[in-house]
Amino acid sequence: MDKMPKWADVILTPLISLILAMGISALVILAIGESPWEALTTMVEGALGSSYGWGFTLYYATNFIFTGLAVMVAYHAALFNIGGEGQAAMGGLGVALVLLYLPLPHWGLALPAAMIGAALFGAAWAFIPAILQAKRGSHIVITTIMFNFIAAAALNYVLVNLLRPVGSMDPASARFPDATNLPSLSEIAAGLGMDWGRNTPVNVTFFLAVLACVLVWALIWRTRLGYQIRALGKSEPGAVYAGINPVRITVIAMLISGGLAGLMAINNVMGESERLVLNAVEGAGFIGIAVALMGRNHPFGIFLAALLFGFLYQGGGELALWTSIPRELIIVIQALVILFTGALDNMVRMPLERVFLAARRNKGAAR
Amino acid sequence: MVAAGNLMGGRSDAAAPAAIELRGISKAFGPVQANRDINLHVPKGSIHGIIGENGAGKSTLMSILYGFYKPDAGEILVNGRPITIADSQTAIRAGIGMVFQHFKLVQNFTVLENIILGVEDGALLRPSLSKARGVLKRLAAEYQLNVDPDETVENLSVGHQQRVEILKALYRQADILILDEPTGVLTPAEADHLFRILEGLKAEGKTIILITHKLREIMEITDNVSVMRRGEMVASVRTAETSPEQLAELMVGRKVLLNVQKAPARPQAPVLEVRDLAMVDAEGVERLRSISFDIRAGEILGLAGVSGNGQTQLLEILGGYPPKGARISGTVRMNGAPLPLSGRGCDAGQRRRDGIGHIPEDRQVEGLIMDFAAWENVAFGWHDAPEFNKGWVMDNDAIRRDAEAKMERFDVRPRDANLAARNFSGGNQQKIVVAREIERNPDLLLIGQPTRGVDIGAIEFIHKQIVALRDAGKAILLVSVELDEILSLSDRVAVMFDGRIMGERLPGQTTTGELGLLMAGVTDSDGVPPGPARVTDLPEGRA
Amino acid sequence: MILKDSLIAVIVLAICVIWALADGAAAQQGIGSALRLMTPLLLACLAGLYSERAGVFDIGLEGKMLMAAFTAASVAYLTGSAWLGLAAGIAGSLSLSLIHGLASITFMGNQLISGVAINFLASGLTVLVGQNAFGLGGRTPALTGTGRFQPITLPFAETLRGVPVLGPIYSGLISGQTVLVYVAFAMVPLTWWVLFRTRFGLRLRAVGENPASVDTAGVSVTRLRYTAVAICGVLTGIAGAYLATGLSAGFVKEMTAGRGFIALAALIFAKWRPWQALFATFLFGLLEAIANLYPNLDLGIITVPSMFMNALPYILTVVILAGFVGRAIPPRAGGEPYVKER
Repeated sequence: MDKMPKWADVILTPLISLILAMGISALVILAIGESPWEALTTMVEGALGSSYGWGFTLYYATNFIFTGLAVMVAYHAALFNIGGEGQAAMGGLGVALVLLYLPLPHWGLALPAAMIGAALFGAAWAFIPAILQAKRGSHIVITTIMFNFIAAAALNYVLVNLLRPVGSMDPASARFPDATNLPSLSEIAAGLGMDWGRNTPVNVTFFLAVLACVLVWALIWRTRLGYQIRALGKSEPGAVYAGINPVRITVIAMLISGGLAGLMAINNVMGESERLVLNAVEGAGFIGIAVALMGRNHPFGIFLAALLFGFLYQGGGELALWTSIPRELIIVIQALVILFTGALDNMVRMPLERVFLAARRNKGAAR
Repeated sequence: MVAAGNLMGGRSDAAAPAAIELRGISKAFGPVQANRDINLHVPKGSIHGIIGENGAGKSTLMSILYGFYKPDAGEILVNGRPITIADSQTAIRAGIGMVFQHFKLVQNFTVLENIILGVEDGALLRPSLSKARGVLKRLAAEYQLNVDPDETVENLSVGHQQRVEILKALYRQADILILDEPTGVLTPAEADHLFRILEGLKAEGKTIILITHKLREIMEITDNVSVMRRGEMVASVRTAETSPEQLAELMVGRKVLLNVQKAPARPQAPVLEVRDLAMVDAEGVERLRSISFDIRAGEILGLAGVSGNGQTQLLEILGGYPPKGARISGTVRMNGAPLPLSGRGCDAGQRRRDGIGHIPEDRQVEGLIMDFAAWENVAFGWHDAPEFNKGWVMDNDAIRRDAEAKMERFDVRPRDANLAARNFSGGNQQKIVVAREIERNPDLLLIGQPTRGVDIGAIEFIHKQIVALRDAGKAILLVSVELDEILSLSDRVAVMFDGRIMGERLPGQTTTGELGLLMAGVTDSDGVPPGPARVTDLPEGRA
Repeated sequence: MILKDSLIAVIVLAICVIWALADGAAAQQGIGSALRLMTPLLLACLAGLYSERAGVFDIGLEGKMLMAAFTAASVAYLTGSAWLGLAAGIAGSLSLSLIHGLASITFMGNQLISGVAINFLASGLTVLVGQNAFGLGGRTPALTGTGRFQPITLPFAETLRGVPVLGPIYSGLISGQTVLVYVAFAMVPLTWWVLFRTRFGLRLRAVGENPASVDTAGVSVTRLRYTAVAICGVLTGIAGAYLATGLSAGFVKEMTAGRGFIALAALIFAKWRPWQALFATFLFGLLEAIANLYPNLDLGIITVPSMFMNALPYILTVVILAGFVGRAIPPRAGGEPYVKER
C-alpha cells in the first residue's frame, strides 16, 4: 500500500515546501532589516493589483510554462535537462534568423515560421547532449550545463560579429520587420473595447503556452510515445525488453524538451523585445527547473507554478523599485523552492507519511 | 500435518551452550510484520539451517542479528550474555560475521584492501596491509580458502568473491558465521567445496547459520534446522529426525505436490531452430559458443545451468534485444523463417509480432514497470497492439478492461488494476507477467526463472499454466537455475556451461548428480567437447 | 596506460614550451597569470574530488565558491584581515556544504537538484546581503593592504634571476605568488597521499564505490560522507576566498563566472585523480590566460575569437564526456543516496 493518499503527495507536499521556502525568505528579509509583510504586500500589489501588473506576471509566466514543460518532458524520460537556458537562447537565434531573413508579410504567417525556427534551434541544441547520453552515456546534466556556456559564447559571437547592424555598438540584432510583431493582449483587449494591461509585454504567446500544456499532457499520458517515454524513464532494461528503443526515445524526448525551451523565444524575442539581444533568456531556463519540480512534473501543476513564479518575478521587480530589497530575492526564493521540492522533499514527506500512517492505524484500531 | 508445538518442545539439546539465542524478537516495517515473536536457539559449534519461503522473514531476522535493524521487541543473547546490537560494529565485536547473498565487496579494490576495510590497524595503510597478508596466508592454509591477495575483486570468479567474504569474516575473528543463500550463484562443485569449508570451520568450533530455501542443502549439511513461515518461527528440529517432505509442509503450511502433474508431450514440427549461435560481448568475452538446438511445437525444453553461463544472453538474443556492442553469428529460424540477430530487424517488438512471448528473468527490472499501475503493465511490450490503440492515442479503456479480465482469470490479488505493480507480492507480480505473455498465445514462449521469489502457491499455478500452453501445442524454452523446476517441467533438458550446451538429457533418465557434473563443465565423454545437441540426435520413441 | 594518463601533462607542458620559445616575456607573464587563474580551479577541483570520490556528486561548487568569495571579501573588508576573511570564506562555503549534506545524505534527496539549488541560493543571497550591507549593487568595497593576500617573495628569488631557464621560472613564476597559491599546489600531493595511503582514504574511496561494503564493515557511511562533503566545503571556501582576496580586490556579483563548472569539467577530465587534476586545471588556467592576453588569437591561418577561447573548456569537457579521449568512469555509487538493503 502507498503510505499517503495521492492528493497529499500531489498537493500537500509542494504546498508545505512552498510555505517553508517563503518562511525562510521572510527570515532573510527580516535579517536584512526589512519587513516581510511590507515586502509581500508590495509584491502582491505590484504583480496582481492592476492589469499592468497582471500583464507582466502573465508575460513572465508564459516564459516559465515553456521552460517548465521542457524540464518536465525530459524528466519523464529520467533526463535532467538543465540546458533550458541555452536551448531557449538558441531558440531566440532561430526566431531572429527566420524573422530577419524570410520575407513574411503578416504576423499570422510569421508566427508559425518563427515557431518552427525556435523549436528547431532549441531542439538542435538539445540534440548533441541527447545523442551523447543515449549512445555514449555522457551525463546529460554535465553536458547540458556545458552547452549553456557554449550557447552563451556562440550567441555572443553571432551578435557581435554577424547579426549586429553596421554602426551599432549594441550587441543585438536589427529590429524585426513591423509586420511580424505579435499582437499583445492589451491590443486585443483594446479591440474588444477594454482597457487592459496597456504597455505590458504579454502577447498571444500566452495562449500558445496554455495550448502547449494541454498538448504535452496528452503527449505524456495519452499517446504511445508518451507511454514509451515514461516506461524508459522508469526502467531502461524494462524498456529494452519491451521493444522500446532507448536511444530513439531519449533523443526524441530531448528534442521535444529542447523544442519547448526554444519556443519560449516566441514570447520574449518575437513578442517582447522584437529583436535578439544578448542574454535574452535572463535565467528563465533555470526557473523552469523550479517550476517543473513545484508543479510535480504535470502540466497543470506547471501552469500554476509558472503563474506563481511570474508573480514572484514581477513582484520582485516592484520590490526593487519601491523598497531597498534587490530583485535577487526572487533568486533566493527560487533556490529555496528547488531545494525543498526537489532535494529536501523527503524532509517534508517523511513526517507527513508518518502522520498519515498513524491516522490510518488509529482508524484501523477504532474499527 | 505435524503439530509445530511438539517440534519446538522436543528439543533435547536446549541445555547445550548456545552461541546465539533469540527470545521473542519482533520487527515491523510500517504495516508489514516481518518478524513476530521469534525464538531461536543455536548450539555452539553446530551448523544450523534456517529455511523458509521468500518473504518468510529469514533475511530480516539475520539483519537484526547483524545490527542492520533494531528489533521492536525481544532479546538477543550471544554466548549466553544478553547484548544490544545497535550496529554492525557491535555485531562484529560480538564475533558475528555475515556473508550476504549480494556480496559487499568494493569491485576495484584488491582482495587485501577489501579484507582490511573497517578493521585497519592505525591511520596508515601499509602496516595493516602487510599484517593482513600474513593472516590471510594462514587462513588460506587452514581452511582451503585460496585467493590471490593482490588480485582486484572484479577479476575474481563469483566463487572466489564469496571466499573473500568468508575471509573477511574470519579476519574479523568471527566465531559465528551467517551465510545468506550462499549457493545461489555457485555450481554444484563450488557448493560442495563451500560445504567442505563449512565443515572445517565447524570442526574448529565455529558456529554456522545457513539461510537457504533449498531443502537438499539443509538435509546435506546442517545439524539442526528451523523453519520460518510468514514472519514466524514455526519449528526447530534436528535435521536427522526430519525429512524434506515434512520441512516443505512446514514451510508452506500445507501439503505440497513437489512434482508437476503432466501428460507426456506430443511434439510436432520444430518451431525454433538454433544453429551455431555464438556471441562475443562488447568487452570481447565469448558468451555463447556455437549453440544449436531445436524446440518443437508442444514441448518444453529446459535449459539448466548456474546463472551467468550464457542463458541470459541467449534469452536476450531470442527476445530481440542482444546486449549492446555484441557480435553475433549463427542462424535462428522461427517457423522456418530466419530471425534477424542484429541490426534493424532485430527488435523486441518485431519478435512479439513474430509470435514470440517472453517472461523475462527479472520481473522487477525488465518484466514490469514497478511504478506503473497494473493495467498499464498489461500493455507493456504490447503497447503497439492494434486493440490497445486508436490512431496516435492509446485506448486506455480497452487496456483497462483487458487488465481486469486477466487479473480475474489469473487470480491476481488484490484485484485492483489501478494499484502500482510494486504494491503486489512477488507471486502476484509474476502472475501479471505470465498472464500478459501466455494469453497472447505465442508460438514460442521464452521463460526465464519463472518462479524466482514466488510463493509456493503461485509456483503451482504458474507451472500449470506453462504445461497448459505446451499442451495447446506451443513451443517453450524454460531457463531456470532451479534443477528441481527444470526436471519436473521439462520434456527435454539441456545443460549450459560457459556459453556451451554441454549435453542433453531426458528428465526421466538422468539424475541431479549427472546434471550437476554437466553444469560444472565436466563433459560427457572424457574431455571430448559434446557435439551440438539436436532433436534428431536423440533416441526415438520417447514422446 | 601511463602514456594516456600523462597525456594532459604532456599537452600542457608542450603549450608552455612552445609559448616560451615563441615569445619568452609574454610566456612568463601568461604562465604566471595562468598559475593564478588555475588556483581557484585547482582548489575547487580537489574539493569536488573528495566529495565525488565519496559518492556525493556536487554541481554546487560554483555556488559555494561564490558564497565563500562574498563572505571572505566582506569580513576582510570589515576586519582588515585577509586571514579572517579566509576563515569567513570557509565558513560561508561550509554552511552550504551542510545543506548539500542534509539533502543528499540525511534526506536521501537528489544530489544534482540540491547542487542546482545551492548555486541559485548563493547567487541570490550574496547580492541580497551585499546590497543591504554595502549598498554597492552587490559589490563589496575594494580591499587594500592587509585585507588582501599579498605576493610572497621566496628566498634567493633575486639572486637566481640571472640563471638561464631556471632563473626566470623560479623567480618569475614560482616566487611571488600569494600563500593560497602555494596551499593549492601543496594540496595535490597531500590529497594523493590521503586518498591512497591512509585508512581514511581507503574508506572514502570504498564509500564512493560501494557504500554497503563500508556499512557492513561497521563503519558509518553517513559520517564518512559528511566528512567528505565538509572537506569539499573547506577547499571551495579557500578557492572562493582566494578569488576575492587574492586574485581580485573584493567581491563582484557573479564573480565566479562559471569557474565552479570548469572545475567540475577538470575533475572529469582528470578522471577523479589528484595529479591529473593539477594538469587539467593548469590547462584551463592557460586557456583563460591566453584568452585574456590575446582577445583575438591570430594563428596565421585563422583568427580565433575570444568567445571560442572562453568556451573551449566547456567544449573540451563535452569531448571528454563523449569518451573520444579515453573514457571517464565516475565512482560507481556516485549520485546515489545510500539505502540499506535487507
